[in-house]
Amino acid sequence: MVWVNAVVQGLMLGGLYALFACGLSLMFGVMRTVNLAHGDLSVVAAYGSLALVDSLGWSPFLTLLIVIPGMAIVGLVLQRLVLDRALGISALAPLLATFGLSIALQNLLLQIDSPDSRILPIGSFGIGSWKISGQLSIGWFPLLTLGVAIVVLLGIELFLQRARLGHAMRATRDDPATAQLMGIDSRKIYALAAMLALATVGIAGVFLGMRTTFTPTSGSSYLIFAFEAVVIGGIGSVRGTLAGGIVLGVAQTVGAQINAADPILIGHLVFLTVLVVRPRGLFRSSVLA
Amino acid sequence: MSAHAAATPDPAGAPAGSGSGPRVRRSARFGWISFVIFAVVVALMALVPVTESVGNINNLTQLLILIVMGVTWNLLAGYAGLVSIGLQAFIGLGGYILLDLADNNAVQPFVALALTALLCGVVALVSSFVVFRLRGGYFAIGTWVVAEVFSLITQQINSLGGGSGTSLDALSYLEPITRLKDVYWAALICAVITLVGVYWLLRSRTGLALTATRDDEDGARSLGVRSTLTRRIAYTVAGIGCGAAGGLLLMSNLDIVPSSAYSVNLSAYMIFIVLIGGLGTIEGPVIGAVVFWYIQLEFASDGAYYLIALGALAVLMTLVLPGGIAGLIRRVTHVDPFPVGYTLASEEPTSGGAEGP
Repeated sequence: MVWVNAVVQGLMLGGLYALFACGLSLMFGVMRTVNLAHGDLSVVAAYGSLALVDSLGWSPFLTLLIVIPGMAIVGLVLQRLVLDRALGISALAPLLATFGLSIALQNLLLQIDSPDSRILPIGSFGIGSWKISGQLSIGWFPLLTLGVAIVVLLGIELFLQRARLGHAMRATRDDPATAQLMGIDSRKIYALAAMLALATVGIAGVFLGMRTTFTPTSGSSYLIFAFEAVVIGGIGSVRGTLAGGIVLGVAQTVGAQINAADPILIGHLVFLTVLVVRPRGLFRSSVLA
Repeated sequence: MSAHAAATPDPAGAPAGSGSGPRVRRSARFGWISFVIFAVVVALMALVPVTESVGNINNLTQLLILIVMGVTWNLLAGYAGLVSIGLQAFIGLGGYILLDLADNNAVQPFVALALTALLCGVVALVSSFVVFRLRGGYFAIGTWVVAEVFSLITQQINSLGGGSGTSLDALSYLEPITRLKDVYWAALICAVITLVGVYWLLRSRTGLALTATRDDEDGARSLGVRSTLTRRIAYTVAGIGCGAAGGLLLMSNLDIVPSSAYSVNLSAYMIFIVLIGGLGTIEGPVIGAVVFWYIQLEFASDGAYYLIALGALAVLMTLVLPGGIAGLIRRVTHVDPFPVGYTLASEEPTSGGAEGP
């Protein structure tokens, strides 16, 4: 039963990782580049939510109404000021620029706040659970996180497959020049993708803050987890990313049962194993490949 | 640029066409001046322990280590087109291998340093088979995961001090002042070997294959370049350089803790050095290391503000001045002091494959 519980908890933890991975997958899928400040931006969202909670007394859930559009605007600014320009310089430039941004953001947060860990208070909902048996219980909040992750990821997949704008995004990804000839403004598509990606980063950041404590430097680990989820699932597949997040989450919680000292290490090792054995990921599909 | 780099594999400058057609040659007009300056600087640096105070010797050792790190990172990013934020894997590993060899296995510390560098090269070679499955940004993060794995494993090894770290005892046979001087000379030798070695590598056929792959992988492959093998060689060399840097850091600081030996900040430092100095130039990382070293000496005590400024500077350099200081100097003077590429004789001597991607 302990093991079943570990798997169930991992499934739900995986929801959070998938939520983190979603924006990374989307940006890579459309722009073929990786935003190395991804994790730090989600921590910025968590601090933003905390500021609203502290100053207005709102529930963290309510702050999503401001954090999501706020992060979308951050995405627009990031795209217009940094990424558009960097993409024009070389393939390496976006990596270097966003890594610089990552270092600056972490230390800016350290300067504004402190190295102390913070949490977004959600009261009794955070600890409430549905007890199935003595050793197996399902927390309301982790369950909600998994639900939100599924809705967000499947929503994005549906958008890419069905919506006109989604088609435009896929066309731009496949061949920006030809897409441009068909009347698709690639600059607009990139900006839209960045806004959408950062909106999901906002959701991920707030859910991270409600689930566990965070510090200005927490972003790095979540960038790594998000990346592992993407690669395990298969680069370019949104549905795969959801599955990848869950595999990573389960690896960590089951790993904690095997070696309580280092669940993270076991997660990394599972990732490396997948990379060696199935370098194209477990669930490669063609949606964003 | 790929056309220049891949134009001919013959370094002697044989005619590309017959008769009076354009000649492909290496832009070496200022090569010997650079060589003289380099030799003089190295000679002066070698005298530092005789002339300078103890504090300065230690600071200059740090500078030499930064040069090794910068040159190594630049080999990957600037010439192989591989951005890694995980080379701290080999810096940390270098420190711990040296610790284990010297303290636990009684290997003479300076011999251990050479062994450490080679072993790190072997580990880099092996890990390349995993991380080379990833490309671009995902390669960058993939190498970081490897560094995290090394760090987490090191923390579990009690004989190496576990998570709380330990210190190197093997150098205690030396008087503190002698130790400082010897470590300084070792660092100088490592820096010279790294610079000369990387320069030699880049001027060899392998270097040509490397820059050709960077500029146009499909094109290079179609000409018969074994691009993956070439990148693997570069990654192995990077492992050797970082291993040496890690060993030197331990010999200089004497203390080692996994959280800072494998810190991603080391990658940040390498990136700053190369971006400030000039990506894809030989002299760039040296200039960058000097600038970064000075900034660190002056402002590191300001903590967060210093890193905010460095991060912002990295963004700015990438977007506004992608060639760094070296690129700016080259643009103004039209001199490539350390040419590694080839160029058509009729063109500007600076337009070889030596510039950044």
